[in-house]
Amino acid sequence: MVKVFWAFVKKEFYHILRDKRTLLILFGMPLAQVLIFGYAVTNEFRDAEIDVLDYAKDETSEQYINHLQSSGNFRVRRILASQNEVEEGMKGGKTKLVVSIPENFSEDFYAGNPIKIQVVTDGSDPNNANTLVQYLTEMTQSFQRLKRNEVPNPYSIQVASRMMYNPQLASAYNFVPGTIALILLIICAMLTSLTIAKEKEIGTMEILLVSPLSPLLIILGKVAPYALLSFVNAVIVILIGFFVFEVPVLGNTLLLLGMCFLYVLTALSLGIFISTTVKTQQEAMMKSLMGLMMPSMLLSGFIFPLASMPVILEYIGKIIPATYFIRILKGVMLRGVGLNFILFEVGVLLVMTLGFLLLSWRNFKIRLE
Amino acid sequence: MRNDKVIQVEALTKQFGDFKAVDHISFHVEKGEIFGFLGANGAGKTTAMRMLTGLSKPSSGKGTVAGFDVLKESERIKERIGYMSQKFSLYEDLTVKENIRFYGGIYGLSKNQIEIKTSQILQELNLSEVGSKLVRSLPLGWKQRLAFAVSMVHDPEIVFLDEPTGGVDPNVRRQFWEAIYQAAELGRTIFVTTHYMDEAEYCDRVSIMVSGKIEALDTPDNLKETFKAESMDEVFLKLAR
Repeated sequence: MVKVFWAFVKKEFYHILRDKRTLLILFGMPLAQVLIFGYAVTNEFRDAEIDVLDYAKDETSEQYINHLQSSGNFRVRRILASQNEVEEGMKGGKTKLVVSIPENFSEDFYAGNPIKIQVVTDGSDPNNANTLVQYLTEMTQSFQRLKRNEVPNPYSIQVASRMMYNPQLASAYNFVPGTIALILLIICAMLTSLTIAKEKEIGTMEILLVSPLSPLLIILGKVAPYALLSFVNAVIVILIGFFVFEVPVLGNTLLLLGMCFLYVLTALSLGIFISTTVKTQQEAMMKSLMGLMMPSMLLSGFIFPLASMPVILEYIGKIIPATYFIRILKGVMLRGVGLNFILFEVGVLLVMTLGFLLLSWRNFKIRLE
Repeated sequence: MRNDKVIQVEALTKQFGDFKAVDHISFHVEKGEIFGFLGANGAGKTTAMRMLTGLSKPSSGKGTVAGFDVLKESERIKERIGYMSQKFSLYEDLTVKENIRFYGGIYGLSKNQIEIKTSQILQELNLSEVGSKLVRSLPLGWKQRLAFAVSMVHDPEIVFLDEPTGGVDPNVRRQFWEAIYQAAELGRTIFVTTHYMDEAEYCDRVSIMVSGKIEALDTPDNLKETFKAESMDEVFLKLAR
């Protein structure tokens, strides 16, 4: 039995190593994804160009403008002359934000009178606009503290916030778990459904079924290499996250690896399930791309928060395995929690795995009957 | 020599809902015989064959293949039969040797046996020089003969060939039939489905299926006499009408 299994696994490795497309998906995609998410997709701004409409033109307003630029987040592109010019730069797409400073800025500032600084942003890019306004607010507050140097008003409420588990708000803390979830899903589910569909397409599946091999052994032999390779991939991504993007692994390493393995099983069972519903590789590709990749990327809470979605999408998000795996990863890697904190998520993944296996088994039986 | 009935089937039926794909067929095949299983597309050939090879469970009826019950002992049957489909059933991205080793492996042959078989097959088919080449690079005719040899890597008693010569030029088909004769001479039973009526002439006996039933079963010569036909083609046309 072991010998037969080994013969099977060996053959599967030949397939993998001789197919450039598979190799590319296996090893090229994880690297590309981590690096793209790590270096290109980031919410941090450097030198965003802003216009300034300075009605005051006094010493303090100049200091304020300089202070804004000192953060490195902003660079003043133009000093505007009138309100009419506000839209101009934004329409051209050059200016991300316009700050307008009212008259008598210096006077009012030191007299402690309320001042309104108007900020206009480009709402066609809402996420960036939000981030920029946040930066600006922060810089304005720090300017106030710096210049007035006064004790905070004892009657006002001061909010002191601290971001636990990710003090610098590094986006890597989000994308590393997300990428692991996506990569494992793609490799396990897509490649297994593809490889099984391929055997059906070229007709070798029939030969295998006519042989004394049990169907279970056929499936195991086919998915084992992919399980191994995707597990290796998960470890590679965790290591890149750790060494390149400084994403910590606070929890138990064994628990983390165990969780990766559980998720690999879930993804494999999904892949097997998909393969029982398709006849060709193309179909398998479409189903796994549209049915898995897209929802996992968009609805798992990886890119957009689940809680802020319309109810229907939220429910769809809740039946996606990646949703739970990302929660587990964030718990174990970033918050350092133990198994007792993630029991629910683990349970969901287990039930899903079992469910997919049962469904596949049923599909398989129906075909034989 | 020809007294063992290696395939014996009685009232074998396969029903999908209301539709009887195979309707109470009964026949037997003797050891060493080349048995042609003919019928138009959709006549039920493939379904019948799937039941005999253990890929599909009969709805009713009974039968034995290689001495084992098709209903209860399909696993034992699978060890004793070979199977080749019109898709050639080899892995194109594996070399000739790797293919032989793989199929030997899944039939549980020992390393030693596999080595012997490999060199034997390579020698018989004159493929020694391309043993380490990918199957993809071989001409169609070679692939086909290799697939046939590989389907017999575990020395099965019966070989099922599902339209093995589909889409192949006449020259290659003739070569392939020579290989079939050789296998039959070794006492192997050949169960073959085909579209080509000229190939039916090469068979020892021929059965013709029409909408789920076996309408005729005899030697090609007897069939031609019974139906007063010049060729098997004519026999087939008269039956199918």
